[in-house]
Amino acid sequence: MSEVILKAENISKQYRLGVVGTGTISHDLNRFWHKIRRKEDPYTKVGAVNDRSSQAKEEYVWALRDINFEVKKGEVLGIIGKNGAGKSTLLKILSRVTGPTMGSIKTKGRIASLLEVGTGFHPELTGRENIYLNGAILGMTKAEVNAKIDEIIEFSGCTMYVDTPVKRYSSGMRVRLAFAVAAHLEPEILVIDEVLAVGDAEFQKKAIGKMQDISQGEGRTVLFVSHNMAAVKSLCTRAIVLENGTTVFEGSTDQAVNFYLNLDNAEGSTSLRYFDQEYFEKQSFKIDYVGIKAETKNYKEPITREDRLVLETSINKETNEEIVVVFRFKDGDGNFIFVNNSNMGNVDMSFTGTKKTQMLLPDFFFNEGNFSIDLMITNGRKALFLEPDAIQFTIIQEEKSLGQWMGKSPGVLKPKFTWNAED
Amino acid sequence: MSEHGKWLYEITPHKKLIDLNLKEIWRYRDLLLLFVKRDIVTVYKQTILGPLWFFIQPLFTSVIFTLVFNNVGGITTGGIPSFLFNLAGITAWNYFRECLTKTSNVFTGNANIFGKVYFPRAVMPLSITISNLLKFGIQLLIFIGFYVYYLAIGKEVQPNGNLILFPVYVLMMALMGLGLGMTISAFTTKYRDLTVLVTFAVQLLMYVSAVPFPLSTAKEKLPHFVWVFEYNPITQIIEGFRYMTLDFGTFTWGGFFYALVFSVVIFLIGLVIFNRTEKNFIDTV
Repeated sequence: MSEVILKAENISKQYRLGVVGTGTISHDLNRFWHKIRRKEDPYTKVGAVNDRSSQAKEEYVWALRDINFEVKKGEVLGIIGKNGAGKSTLLKILSRVTGPTMGSIKTKGRIASLLEVGTGFHPELTGRENIYLNGAILGMTKAEVNAKIDEIIEFSGCTMYVDTPVKRYSSGMRVRLAFAVAAHLEPEILVIDEVLAVGDAEFQKKAIGKMQDISQGEGRTVLFVSHNMAAVKSLCTRAIVLENGTTVFEGSTDQAVNFYLNLDNAEGSTSLRYFDQEYFEKQSFKIDYVGIKAETKNYKEPITREDRLVLETSINKETNEEIVVVFRFKDGDGNFIFVNNSNMGNVDMSFTGTKKTQMLLPDFFFNEGNFSIDLMITNGRKALFLEPDAIQFTIIQEEKSLGQWMGKSPGVLKPKFTWNAED
Repeated sequence: MSEHGKWLYEITPHKKLIDLNLKEIWRYRDLLLLFVKRDIVTVYKQTILGPLWFFIQPLFTSVIFTLVFNNVGGITTGGIPSFLFNLAGITAWNYFRECLTKTSNVFTGNANIFGKVYFPRAVMPLSITISNLLKFGIQLLIFIGFYVYYLAIGKEVQPNGNLILFPVYVLMMALMGLGLGMTISAFTTKYRDLTVLVTFAVQLLMYVSAVPFPLSTAKEKLPHFVWVFEYNPITQIIEGFRYMTLDFGTFTWGGFFYALVFSVVIFLIGLVIFNRTEKNFIDTV
């Protein structure tokens, strides 16, 4: 099981921004001139980082930069990342649709790709004819299709329509048929991109089941790209997270998914929340911000179980009326875990002016997962202000040494307790 | 670990200068056949006249050529019925032209499928060339039909011993059309200028290939430019095709081998250029 079947070394891919026109030919000629003198391509030295939202300053962009990874036989590797992070470019290079600008991929098995189902379906041909055609496009021989045709038709669930031209199919039926063909491919390495986005719930379940069979039962290697985190979690044994064309995380699926979710959080800064001051027009206090972070890190960094947490607020008070700051901790499903307030922490909140409060939480306290916090201000008798789910945060697994169990244990909390064994 | 040498293949930015990739194309032969089948089966779906459309184009062209070049222009065809002469030329020319124009937009026309899955791209133009054989066959049947008709009304037409070379001529037309088409296809992935050129260049090429008139007429009337016709390998093919079927025209073994070598070389060059382009064309198409 430990044999490396695919190895990517320094994969980089450069694209040109803007349109192809007369301007590009001078670059092409320059590149050609360098090539015939056996010099390095002058344009591989430039290029911007692939950040979709920033202003384009250079003519070239690195869609992928120095991607390295290894896949072992029988492994299901998930590739996750935001839109435009380079996932599809990577899969395109893996499936040989396009070549890398630099770097290499070595493989010990045939790679078949399923970048978008139904590739090459001809609307005028019947379902059966398209099974043969699509199978051949994906690299099957006619004999291989022959041996599996009944199985494919049955899996697709389109038996009734199999001799009808595909143009009469509903889009869901096309996907079913196409996925059925692809699922019966027998390459050593299967590359799959976003196929589960379509199809109804029953079919998605069937498709995930089939893919589990492929990887676990038949020991085939799968590279899987999806935005469906549940699918990634249930299928993949390991995952890498891409951001702006580079690998930012590599590890167990759960950790990777959490890391990815945290990336999204960091973008919207949901673990740090600044309040619109209009919220507090009728109040004698104003909350500037509330945020939770690891004690030794800043707000954008992911929080692991090893980190001690700081829950911080900044409050401006006009009068010295006593208030109580209440935090209600909830798990990812919205169930309350516990409540804590400034009274319990013996903090005097009857000041005027601006003060920062900090609530410290121990390390190894929460289990990994997603959490949210309601912020409530009371005067000890009634609530003056309530902001449900004011902030959200994600705790990811601590680093574990190889050989330890990598899964997630049940439960919301996972505190460290002292154990003794005595005679 | 002794990993080296065990890798099945490697994906790198570099490619061998000359790579015909024939082994891989052979591995995808089933796909080739299925593409051929698809092309043949789907052409006439939902048309009323169906394969009749194949007849109409060459017949009308031959009639027009006969009227314009032979009746108005006064070009003589040495006792052979002008209509049959034109039909022979057009039948051969059409196959070459179809192979050329259909393969010349393989990359741009199939970008959506090429962008999603890998198979040796050369399978596509090869399948086009093969499925065009059917169209060629049907047009050949019309030609034979009129041939028999002219024989029946007592015209003196006869083939000659060169007819044995028929398959070689078909092969030459296919290779030439394919080679040129693949080259054009490769060059149009980034800059589309050639696409504009192809449409009228093919028209011009037809005249330079002596399709509507015999080579002897060109020699007689354009003695200074006859080299244009003679060095054009397509002229050799068209003229040779008419020579073997109608026993009229000029044939030299030198010209024959010239055309044969030329077609093979053009095909190989086309395939190499095509294979070099397939790797990254999807980025610039």
